[in-house]
Amino acid sequence: MGAKLQRGEGSADGCCAVSLYGISKTFGSVRANKNISLDIPAGTIHGIIGENGSGKSTLVSILYGFYGADGGRIRIFGNDLKIQSTAHAIAAGIGMVHQHFMLVPSFTVLENLVLGHEGSGGLLQGMARGRSELQGLSREYGLDVDPDAVVADLPVGIQQRVEILKALYRGARILILDEPTGVLTPQETDQLFNILRALNQQQGVTILFITHKLREIMALTHGVSIMRDGEMVAHRCTATTNPQELAELMVGRPVLLDGIWHQAKVGKVVLQVNNLALDGTRGMPLVRDLSFQVRAGEILGVAGVSGNGQSELLELLAGIGAPSRGSITLGEYTFTKTNPITPLVIKELGVAHVPEDRHAMGLVLPFSAAESAILGHEHSPIIGDGPWLNPGKLKAHCGQLMANFHIRPPDPKRQSRLFSGGNQQKMVLAREMSTNPTILLVGQPTRGVDIGAIEFIHQQLIALRDRGCAIIMVSVELDEILSLSDRIMVMSDGASMGIIERKDADARSIGLLMTGVD
Amino acid sequence: MISDLWLQFVLTIDATLRLATPLILCAMAGIFSERSGIIDISLEGKMLLSAFTAATMAAITGSPWLGLASAMIISVVFSLLHGFACISHRGNQVVSGLAINMLASGLTVTVGNALFSLGGQTPLLSNAQRFAPIAFPLAESLRQIPGLGIIYTEVISGHNLLVWAALLSVFITRVVLLRSTFGLRLRAVGETPEAVDTAGISVVGIRYQAVIIAGVLCGMAGAYLSIAHGASFLREMTAGKGYISLAAMIFGNWRPVPVLMACLLFGFLDALAARLGGVDLPWIGQLSTDLIQILPYVLTVVLLAGFIGKTTPPGAIGVPYVKRR
Amino acid sequence: MERTLPPWVDMGLLPLINVLVVFVVTGIFIAIIGENPFSALTVMLKGAFIDKGALGYTLFYATNFIFTGLAVAVAFHAMLFNIGGEGQAMMGGLGLTMTALVLDPILPPFLVVLLAIPMATLMGALWGVIPGWLQAKRGSHVLITTIMFNFIASSIIVWLLAGPLIEPGQMSPQTRSFADGVQLAQLHTIFNTIGFSLPSSPLNVSFTLALGASFGVWLLLWRTRLGYIIRASGHSKRAALYAGYSPTGTIVITMAISGALAGLMALNEVLGVQERLTLNFTAGYGFTGIAVALMGRNHPVGILLASLLFGALYQGGAELDFQFQSITREIVLIVQGFIVLFSGALAHMFRPMLEKVFATAKPSHKDVSHDK
Repeated sequence: MGAKLQRGEGSADGCCAVSLYGISKTFGSVRANKNISLDIPAGTIHGIIGENGSGKSTLVSILYGFYGADGGRIRIFGNDLKIQSTAHAIAAGIGMVHQHFMLVPSFTVLENLVLGHEGSGGLLQGMARGRSELQGLSREYGLDVDPDAVVADLPVGIQQRVEILKALYRGARILILDEPTGVLTPQETDQLFNILRALNQQQGVTILFITHKLREIMALTHGVSIMRDGEMVAHRCTATTNPQELAELMVGRPVLLDGIWHQAKVGKVVLQVNNLALDGTRGMPLVRDLSFQVRAGEILGVAGVSGNGQSELLELLAGIGAPSRGSITLGEYTFTKTNPITPLVIKELGVAHVPEDRHAMGLVLPFSAAESAILGHEHSPIIGDGPWLNPGKLKAHCGQLMANFHIRPPDPKRQSRLFSGGNQQKMVLAREMSTNPTILLVGQPTRGVDIGAIEFIHQQLIALRDRGCAIIMVSVELDEILSLSDRIMVMSDGASMGIIERKDADARSIGLLMTGVD
Repeated sequence: MISDLWLQFVLTIDATLRLATPLILCAMAGIFSERSGIIDISLEGKMLLSAFTAATMAAITGSPWLGLASAMIISVVFSLLHGFACISHRGNQVVSGLAINMLASGLTVTVGNALFSLGGQTPLLSNAQRFAPIAFPLAESLRQIPGLGIIYTEVISGHNLLVWAALLSVFITRVVLLRSTFGLRLRAVGETPEAVDTAGISVVGIRYQAVIIAGVLCGMAGAYLSIAHGASFLREMTAGKGYISLAAMIFGNWRPVPVLMACLLFGFLDALAARLGGVDLPWIGQLSTDLIQILPYVLTVVLLAGFIGKTTPPGAIGVPYVKRR
Repeated sequence: MERTLPPWVDMGLLPLINVLVVFVVTGIFIAIIGENPFSALTVMLKGAFIDKGALGYTLFYATNFIFTGLAVAVAFHAMLFNIGGEGQAMMGGLGLTMTALVLDPILPPFLVVLLAIPMATLMGALWGVIPGWLQAKRGSHVLITTIMFNFIASSIIVWLLAGPLIEPGQMSPQTRSFADGVQLAQLHTIFNTIGFSLPSSPLNVSFTLALGASFGVWLLLWRTRLGYIIRASGHSKRAALYAGYSPTGTIVITMAISGALAGLMALNEVLGVQERLTLNFTAGYGFTGIAVALMGRNHPVGILLASLLFGALYQGGAELDFQFQSITREIVLIVQGFIVLFSGALAHMFRPMLEKVFATAKPSHKDVSHDK
């Protein structure tokens, strides 16, 4: 309780803030953590890096008491602890900022702060105490937040500050951050890093930073541990390693950045967007006045920090919802607010769509693979006559797609949810590419996909482009954008910050545009 | 003529209070349960069960207090069953509620018949076995004051204990919900349970406490029907009052005071229907009481459809809590 | 995330265990109120299947449950909780009755029946479509709206039977009888005319219609493009949006089908037996439909089996009422409640246990991605 932040006890004599020995955790038949050991010296910023699915989130969830480990020991500041619940973890001085914020949106900042730690006396007393402590914390770290603001009305970056304040209010001396930058602009990321450095240097807070981005590890941490397939594969001192080595440790073999792109043969304009705009529920513009064209045989990459209008743009083009203003021209047809495009119409015009979220949109998880393989294509004559669906034809169709895209296991009757992320994504791609589209809209083509499948998917996208398809690819992975795109549009706050030719593009210039700076 | 109309009006208001009492208690029960994220359509069944239990215990022991206590206990037991299904086993909350309603219909009649062989009814209670009306001092003498006297005599005086308990429950619900630590946690659990869980507080614990409180209040509502307002248990005596309370709770947007208003409105409609039944009204003719009784349901449908205002149910309502990574 | 059980365990053993628990719990209850559960079971089985004409009654009741169970199930597949089967059946009965009362003086009976059946369907469908439309367009949940619509329907019928539609000169709340011949043929008379002797029972051609409806629902859901759309929309709203299925269209069509099926229940009761509209002819069968659908796992085959069980319970329950001092017909409601509890809300209570048993027997695949 309280925000007394002392330097980690024993940090001077080199004791560890966190020591894990032989942590294991199994979910069903999946071994998420295998015999993991880790030492984090007190008073340092330590990174854990790994691909999606490597088990790093599970590991910190165990440390925070969210799950019990199946085996292993945890030692905090030299004391053996049995962390069986979140309450234990908090009492031991561990705080966590989750990937998805754990805030009650309808509550004020203050209410969120004191929730669960109201202290003795009535609620009003607790709130008063919280208010004064909040002011103290704000002063000390420059974490300025209005205590009476309703969380739902705050920008994402500020909400994250509230999460950090919550952890400090509960007396955290070890702060875990799980993929904290996914929702932030580069500027907000910089601010976060400054806050973290200040906490670390001035107050001796030990910070455990979970990410899959090499850049962040290099910029922030003192030490780094690398996870792969549920195992801890290496520990490095940040000063003596380099991104190439970390990438290879993460993936388990040498990584070829670049390589498959080659010059495109660009054809005529197939998609023309004019002054496209979309307003949100409270009149907040989500997409502002976008104009661009896409030609046959090219890949237009759409870069930007998550939540800057790319998703909305993709959905507008796919006919999910009507624009507020502006037009979309496909071939000789023009669509506007009053004459909106629909998912059915785009299919007739040769547009295919691989949605960003395959779990919610791309597949129906409880359906068999064969059933998911006709989502949005259930009117195709190849799977039945008239109003009927023919199960035999359904299965054969799915079998074909599975063979073409090497989907494992090749079982059309298997439930969609039981396939791995990579195979699920390949299934969606197979379905959408099977119609030989003239335009492919694709969102986050490799999110949560293993490295082997990433290469396969990238090859398929380039091959499709070479067959003369125009591809619009939205991705938050800058590396992916840079390695596949012929042209790159950068979006910030719903607007286009400009379209850059491949030859002029590099991570620095694009990163700058993503912040909204010209 | 005017004074006669006034008397009619005052009597209708008095009846409104009597008819709204079970709705208020039930709706407050609903608020506790639903603000914690647990849909409770078993208000109807729990009220029926506790009405039966109260009448049975009062008949057997002769004490209305024991009747009330056992009504609360039985209601809490079924609340715990609801919790076991929905909180512990993450079952469908609506389905669990329906099951309790069906069980209540069956159990009350079957057990009643096995105990008393009165076709599902319980024996008629004497006044000593019930919660009698509490006459306030000077009620009869103040009646003579023209106009306002009968308000004191009819509307304020002469209600039984549970009517006052119902009104008090609104106040308590409001204070607990908005001014207590428990209330803060309860509201948080109903909106964003993961925020409570990561704060080291048990979501399951808070939700169980919420449904237990709901059980207690529901038990009082049932007891009111059979041993305060009425003098015995009749089969299906709740007659949809649980669902009306649910409607009132939605109508009042899950907030204690507006919900109280909604309960009073629905109670008033009920009182009006009883008063207008068979009365010839100028221009309208005889108004069908059946049609007035539709009004709460129609109003709720219209409200829910957003034609009157906007309802905002608790964010996590109906969603079993599962820990996520 | 979810371990899968072998299909026969998931679809067969687990539901069976749940039903078994219901019978054990009910048995205990019967013992508590002082009767012998085993003799009660014997009396019930005999009363439901063995006594002369008993099977006919059992199937007659089952007919009601098939219709209302299918109604709930179809809506369930679109993730709509239609609790309004009761009201939809009432309105179906009202539509049917109005048609019969208006037309039977002027049209031949078979024509009246032919017109009354679609009217029952239409009125049932209408009472389902309105809540559906309100959800699609105005955002009010079918669940709550259909509860309200049950009360509204019931009040309308009470009002009509208290005045406008009451049989002149009578006190009991019911309409006059339909003209001679305005009815559905009872199966025992049909069989008698072709030379088989069946004991008399109210079982009528609605039963065959119910069987047809079950097959129809199966075809619709698993063999047509529309059924695919309904199921996909039910499982994932976002996926439906992505695929371009109109949410309004799907909800309205599904609720129309669901309401129509519930409305058809009125055929069995009103046109099959009573030949007039009576108060409360639905007798809670709409709610029983929820139990039937839950127990039958929303699959027509399961619903047929569950309907048979409930038919037997209702028929056998009447026999129990007759033969035992302490047991009344309401025992059926208790069984029904336990079934909804154990096959519905607690349907997966025994799943972890079974998973342990069968996981050791057969290792499952190991390629679920986890870090999400």
